[in-house]
Amino acid sequence: MPAYGDLVETFVELIRRASTQLPDDVVHALEQGKAKETETGLADKALGTILENVELASSTSAPICQDTGTPVVWIHHPVGVSTRALGAQFREAVHKATERRFLRPNAVDTLTGRNTGNGAGRGIPFLHFEEWDEPRVEVRMILKGGGSENVGTQYKLPEPRLKAGRDLEGVRRAVLDAVFEAQGKGCAPGVLGVCVGGDRVSAFEMSKRQLLRPIVDTNEIPELAELEERLLREGNQLGVGPMGFGGKTTLLAVKIGVLDRLPACYFVTVTYMCWADRKAVVSIDEGGEVTWLN
Amino acid sequence: MAELKLPVSEEEIRKLKVGDFVELTGRMITGRDTAHHWLMQDVREDVMPFMKDTVIYHCGPVIAKNDDGSYDFVAAGPTTSIREEPYQADVIGRYGLRGVIGKGGMAGRTLAGLAEHGAVYLHAIGGAAQVLARAIPKVERVFMLDEFGVPEAMWVIEVEKFPVVVTMDSHGGSLHDEVEGASKKQLDELLK
Repeated sequence: MPAYGDLVETFVELIRRASTQLPDDVVHALEQGKAKETETGLADKALGTILENVELASSTSAPICQDTGTPVVWIHHPVGVSTRALGAQFREAVHKATERRFLRPNAVDTLTGRNTGNGAGRGIPFLHFEEWDEPRVEVRMILKGGGSENVGTQYKLPEPRLKAGRDLEGVRRAVLDAVFEAQGKGCAPGVLGVCVGGDRVSAFEMSKRQLLRPIVDTNEIPELAELEERLLREGNQLGVGPMGFGGKTTLLAVKIGVLDRLPACYFVTVTYMCWADRKAVVSIDEGGEVTWLN
Repeated sequence: MAELKLPVSEEEIRKLKVGDFVELTGRMITGRDTAHHWLMQDVREDVMPFMKDTVIYHCGPVIAKNDDGSYDFVAAGPTTSIREEPYQADVIGRYGLRGVIGKGGMAGRTLAGLAEHGAVYLHAIGGAAQVLARAIPKVERVFMLDEFGVPEAMWVIEVEKFPVVVTMDSHGGSLHDEVEGASKKQLDELLK
């Protein structure tokens, strides 16, 4: 087995970075949004406070948002690496990051209502493992806040209320409805991760995976690339604005993934990520060399 | 920007209108999901004096405990308020609150409660946990910490120039209703 060594401290640093430093692509999108809003209006004011907060969090190494979210983690690993060992190290890193206040104690026992106190719990953090051919471990993580998670949703097409049939026009209608329903409650301006197809298990995971993509990129499937662009434009036409105060900046990006489906099912799954679109990626090679990838 | 001292009178609160920027200075209390449920199960005499004529902040902070046993708010933005909709109007009435701070706005029952009791909904910027924590120089005491855990406990805090926007006033005005109505028209247009 390659000598990756003890990765606990590397994982703590991954969590610290995600919780305290908003990635450049997200900051840039927020700045562009602010430039479009009317000066002295509520939307401009909200985005100004958001950008000030991002700067403050980064300079003091403190959480951008007090809801430090659920760590949702994708770990790629070479043949022969123990996923149980990696999982145990990641959970320990969550305990340490919570002690050091990069994370809030954010796991509540659903039956007793008691907070576990250490940031971890049943199903938290959420870890996915995938073996790959490269001789290194790569860990990609988002911190998914709860307020925005509550406005995530899933449609099954056809949906008569929206006149949404089983095609990309139906997908468009469902996603716009989701943005309208969310209003400002998911901490707009948001980033949408969408999955078309799949089942009720795979689709939410796929929608979250879309959030790992850069804010500005082009979907490799041309019809989805076109739909992403159109939904971003039309979502912003709704005028919900930052925090739901009204304004031009309701969405920062729309990212759509696709999975095949059963004949009977056609799901459109929407994950709403708040403006605090926290993500971090690290690569660890066989010699233990660590490279930060965002 | 107007400064509002807490505690505050009903008369002062009724002067506020949707769209006003306000900076709060004085004593307030935090409370969110578990707290609202608990506040309505019984009359909680011990927290009553810390709620009367002030505001409740929908917030689950990140906390640091100092060596002398005192606490600091490390990160403290608002949480989504709509979950408290079933309780809020009654909590305002029972405990004499003059306002609620949160994000995302609330619905008709709360709006009616604000008009009836003389209170306002104040919107803080969601996710701005550092900017807002800086406006909370002191944690005075805490209720139900062991029972509810850090995010859900009721923290009595001193705030200084804590920035908020009035988005629901005591005269039936709601920015959230306005924005939702306008965006519904846009949606219908796009889904024609």
